[in-house]
Amino acid sequence: MTVTQYRSAAPAGSDGFAQLVRAEWTKFRTVRGWMAGMILAGLLTVGVGLLSHGECGSQAGPSAPVVTGGPACSDPLGPGGEAVTDGLYFVHRSLGLDGSITVRVTSLTGSYSPAGASAQDLKQGVQPWSKAGIIIKSSDIAGSAYAAMMVTGSHGVRMQWDYTGDAAGLGGAVSAASPRWLRLSRSGDTITGYDSLDGTHWSVVGTATLTGLPATVPAGPFAASPDYTVVNSRSAAGGSGTGGPSQATAAFDRITLQGAGPDRTWTGTAVGGPPGGPYPVLGYRQSGGGLVVSGSGDIAPVPPSGEGSLANTLIGAFAGLIAMVVVAAMFITAEYRRGLIGVTLTASPRRGRILAAKALVVGLAAFVVGLPAAWAAPLIEDPLARSRGIFIYPVPVLTEVRVIGGTAALLAVAAVLALALGALLRRSAIAVTAVIAVIVLPYFFAVPLALLPAGAADWLLRVTPAAGFAIQQPYPAYQQVTFDYTPGNGYYPLAPWAGFAVLCAWAALALGLAVYLLRRRDA
Amino acid sequence: MSDASIAVSGLRKRFGTTLALDGMSFTVQPGQVTGFVGPNGAGKSTTMRVIVGLDAPDAGSALIGGRVYRSWRRPLCHVGALLDSGALQPSRSGRNHLLWLARSQGLPARRVDEVSALVGLEPAIRRRGGGYSLGMRQRLGIAAALLGDPPTVILDEPFNGMDPEGIVWMRGFLGSLATEGRAVLVSSHLMSELEDTADHLVIVGRGRVIADTTVSELIAAASGDRVTLRTSAGSLAVTALEGAGAAVTVTGAGTLAISGLPPEKVVAVLGANEVPFSEVSAHRATLEEAYLELTEDAVEYRAAEVTR
Repeated sequence: MTVTQYRSAAPAGSDGFAQLVRAEWTKFRTVRGWMAGMILAGLLTVGVGLLSHGECGSQAGPSAPVVTGGPACSDPLGPGGEAVTDGLYFVHRSLGLDGSITVRVTSLTGSYSPAGASAQDLKQGVQPWSKAGIIIKSSDIAGSAYAAMMVTGSHGVRMQWDYTGDAAGLGGAVSAASPRWLRLSRSGDTITGYDSLDGTHWSVVGTATLTGLPATVPAGPFAASPDYTVVNSRSAAGGSGTGGPSQATAAFDRITLQGAGPDRTWTGTAVGGPPGGPYPVLGYRQSGGGLVVSGSGDIAPVPPSGEGSLANTLIGAFAGLIAMVVVAAMFITAEYRRGLIGVTLTASPRRGRILAAKALVVGLAAFVVGLPAAWAAPLIEDPLARSRGIFIYPVPVLTEVRVIGGTAALLAVAAVLALALGALLRRSAIAVTAVIAVIVLPYFFAVPLALLPAGAADWLLRVTPAAGFAIQQPYPAYQQVTFDYTPGNGYYPLAPWAGFAVLCAWAALALGLAVYLLRRRDA
Repeated sequence: MSDASIAVSGLRKRFGTTLALDGMSFTVQPGQVTGFVGPNGAGKSTTMRVIVGLDAPDAGSALIGGRVYRSWRRPLCHVGALLDSGALQPSRSGRNHLLWLARSQGLPARRVDEVSALVGLEPAIRRRGGGYSLGMRQRLGIAAALLGDPPTVILDEPFNGMDPEGIVWMRGFLGSLATEGRAVLVSSHLMSELEDTADHLVIVGRGRVIADTTVSELIAAASGDRVTLRTSAGSLAVTALEGAGAAVTVTGAGTLAISGLPPEKVVAVLGANEVPFSEVSAHRATLEEAYLELTEDAVEYRAAEVTR
């Protein structure tokens, strides 16, 4: 036979990965329901946070039980820009550019009001972070820069500065039989803290640089005691802690001030306004050659939670994620349902590349929708919350970039995970159920609903793909502040990038398995 | 290597307890339409899926232009296949369906418009695929198969769901593809659909080839040398013809089938014995009869019993 074989007249073209991505993108954008799903996902990410309608000021006064975790009306800001609480009583003289203050602390006692009740119900005892010692503070305005050496209720000697700085010194509790010597020495902006058991042998505890410290600053003994709190540790719920104000009283002697200013007498100041409450004895008195100082409140960063925190503003991300994982799973399961997978694999027989192209398309689509949504959420919600008087906890710019970009990345990787599970399970309903079960349910029960015991919530947020939500944690957990650092309050058991890495590992594992099976199985 | 466009050799494939392919071997030549015929369950679709690399055979090989399908870089420019016309995302328009396929091969969108015009789907091409009739889906599938202007075209049951007008169009269209020099492999479970279309026939049953032949050879083989006789004197005729050495079978009231004697000899014998008759004719089998005869014992429900 003399048949000349037909030669394709198709225009030359590339067979590269870019063509495959373009083909998959064409598939993705030409199904109206999927595009609508992605837009819905963006709207949910922005909008769910708008559903909170808290009022500030639900933190009760001293005569009623304090419910922690409610939105705050206002908080002072520390030198680092974070929200702080700055309540203490301190007795001060002025200190020049170079000098030091040294004291011996011989006792630390306290009382507290378990249910925010009146003075009659006071119980004796110090709080773990009751603190008394010496402080150099740039002014008596709440939120001003400081450095302090202190004894604490149960965390030994500490040096703390500018609310977030914390360094440990000598351990053990202070008593008349076992006093602690504390010293702060100033050289310009640099403050060094020392401690000693005998006033002879000194150790450096820490060094702080307080930029822009005035030439003459108040320095002297202080006392403060944070609220007595009961953390309801059986639940991860935010706002479940209760408690009441507390007070600490410390005795100081052997007070020496070098480089002092011209004033020769001590002045007492309650920073952060008069705490009031059931304590008639706030202030100081001279005792022999020393001072006894009583104070209430805390000098510490505020762990933000609930409304006004960026974590709460972005709570809608999980709802957006649900919509996105449904679309992402269907991007492959719909092909199995319709038999279209056969056409896809006929056009591109190199099967691993198909899944890679699909993953790239859904991942990028989720990121591109998620990024502006996560960026818009605080822009829209914060002014509305402010208009209700709610204090918006500040977030450092880099952290905000990480949280917002991370939210978009979280949606992207979750979409890839959903796609991979779709390829493995091949049925829309089963795949969507699986994704919801491994990422949305652990998050939902541990974080917004806070229905799980804290241990279970922590475990789930360490090992399941829901660990990735840690990328949304905007504020660090301060170990020097007693707080319910639970997922329900926006604090995750894993560090932000570690949690995100857990999610990425799951997505990579599922995608790898999906590629392996797609290559092996008949289509 | 032969110049065969498709060379299938010794394919075996088992799905669970069912032996779908049992040594399937045939070739498809360029420039002609090869009909791939057999009862449902004979292994036609499985063979086609193996050819385009969707299913992996347990043994044997299937080559397209001398190469395994999966090794082609822009496969749609070498083979176009319509395996399942229902393989559509219902909410995606026909045009977008072709567009993503074109993108995957690095083909320009212009090809999409060319092939939709070629199959006569232009008026409906921007409508959602879910609303297409079965015949329109077949046309869309053929458009997809022709996107890359391939020298080899594989179509699985393309006549299914087509209206009579569509069937006529399809026959002419397949013929024109072959005339252009393409190799066309078309499957059907109905021989009648291929009767006027296929140049070559591969008839399969129970996962293997029963006959690999041309249409005219198949009819000749099935017709044999039988002669049909109509007569009112059946017993006289039987005696006379058997006396002349023929084998005679009574096929109906007044109808006899005779083999062993050509028609003119039958007339001579009847004349000599004064047996009246109204008609003597050489029997010519229809393609359908030939096909049924071949596939008689290869239909699906019997095939299922022989699986091991």
